[in-house]
Amino acid sequence: MIEIKNVHKSYGDLNILKGVDMSVEKGEVVSIIGPSGSGKSTLLQCINGLEGISDGNIYVDGTDVFSRTTNLNALRANIGIVFQQYNMFPHLSVLDNATLALKIVKKLKRKEAEEIAHAQLKKVGLADKAKMSPSQLSGGQQQRLAIARALAMQPRYMLFDEVTAALDPQLVREVLDTLLMLSQDGMTMVLVTHEIAFAREVSSRVAFFDAGKIAEIGPAKQVIDSPRHERTQQFLSHQVH
Amino acid sequence: MNSVPLFSGLQYSDATYLLAGAGHTLWLALWAIVLGTLLGFLMGWLRSVSRIGNAIIVVLVDVSRSIPLLIQLIVANAALAAFRYPLSPFACSAVVLTVYMASFCSEIYKGGFEAVPTNLQKAARSLGLSYLQAFASVSAPIMLRRTFASWIGIVLGVLKDTSLAAVIGYIELLRTSQIIVTRTQEPLLVLLIVGVFYFLLCYPIARLGAKVEKGLRQ
Repeated sequence: MIEIKNVHKSYGDLNILKGVDMSVEKGEVVSIIGPSGSGKSTLLQCINGLEGISDGNIYVDGTDVFSRTTNLNALRANIGIVFQQYNMFPHLSVLDNATLALKIVKKLKRKEAEEIAHAQLKKVGLADKAKMSPSQLSGGQQQRLAIARALAMQPRYMLFDEVTAALDPQLVREVLDTLLMLSQDGMTMVLVTHEIAFAREVSSRVAFFDAGKIAEIGPAKQVIDSPRHERTQQFLSHQVH
Repeated sequence: MNSVPLFSGLQYSDATYLLAGAGHTLWLALWAIVLGTLLGFLMGWLRSVSRIGNAIIVVLVDVSRSIPLLIQLIVANAALAAFRYPLSPFACSAVVLTVYMASFCSEIYKGGFEAVPTNLQKAARSLGLSYLQAFASVSAPIMLRRTFASWIGIVLGVLKDTSLAAVIGYIELLRTSQIIVTRTQEPLLVLLIVGVFYFLLCYPIARLGAKVEKGLRQ
């Protein structure tokens, strides 16, 4: 379970997060929607400690992410994250991208690591691309590789940070289908997304983020089809479903 | 009256003498390149992560890059002797050339480290790698690949610059040829042969470098 309690974050005078409270239960899919620059991505990267916080607490399975005694590297191995920019390691093949952390963090032997990586590549439809360089893949394929790379660590949670925002429209669906498949497998996921229709389709709950706070959170269909908060209504009225 | 000839022509033994000189050149270059690259890597990394580190190291780099190597060798040799800590011509040349190589390397490595997208480091950390693990398996290999062509250029430069070590008494390839010229009075032929020697040392490195770089790009 992920618990976010009264989280604040600021850069100098600029307040990015202004007291965020939310929790994600095991097996849940929660989407965070909202205008650009409202702090959604920052919040997501706080969950695995890639971004620091100014105040508040974040707990993952009861472990305080920002406690001095927490082993962040071990924690991160359990929380996969996929970014908007695919962030493939350009000097490694597709397969080696997926095995790197298995070999270094989990200390698996090459053969074992490759077996796991092959299985994940197959799952995202990249089984035949293992020997290629990431630069030979399309944007959609690179993003699916990023998902496979994170899944190879067999994380308990997956975070997705606007993973379709940099993709051509015709490539968006293949990535969304991969996310949908993951949710059907029961993976606990937090998505920051601008794909409102997809958020409605895949999420158990949707949070509307505005100016560093959660303005509204509730069941996906309720928040998207009949939002209660004025800012949510305004935001959604400008979106094409 | 028997007269001893002042000059004599080229002999077979000159070839082995030149080969030994080439060996000394290679030996000096090898030390300067290996130590200079390691030191340059460390300096480049420090310069890319620390403003203070950069401010201190950049002074050394500017001095080393701006003063002709010939002067550096003579001054270093004289200074070490003056402070009663004389080094052999080889050791003194190796130290000066190492610092010289490190200065140039630190410049390309600093730029190289800064050019590796921070997002890649972030992606590696997000998978559970520690800073050092991410550095060793992501940042450094990407940086070294991208700067490889420039590094080969520096290596070739330093290989040829070893000839300046002659000025403090290191008998390397060029100094060997000068000794032979003094005896044979045939500078053109001897220098031509030495030129071919340098070419034979540098050309394979340049070709191999180009080949490796092509491989890295693919």
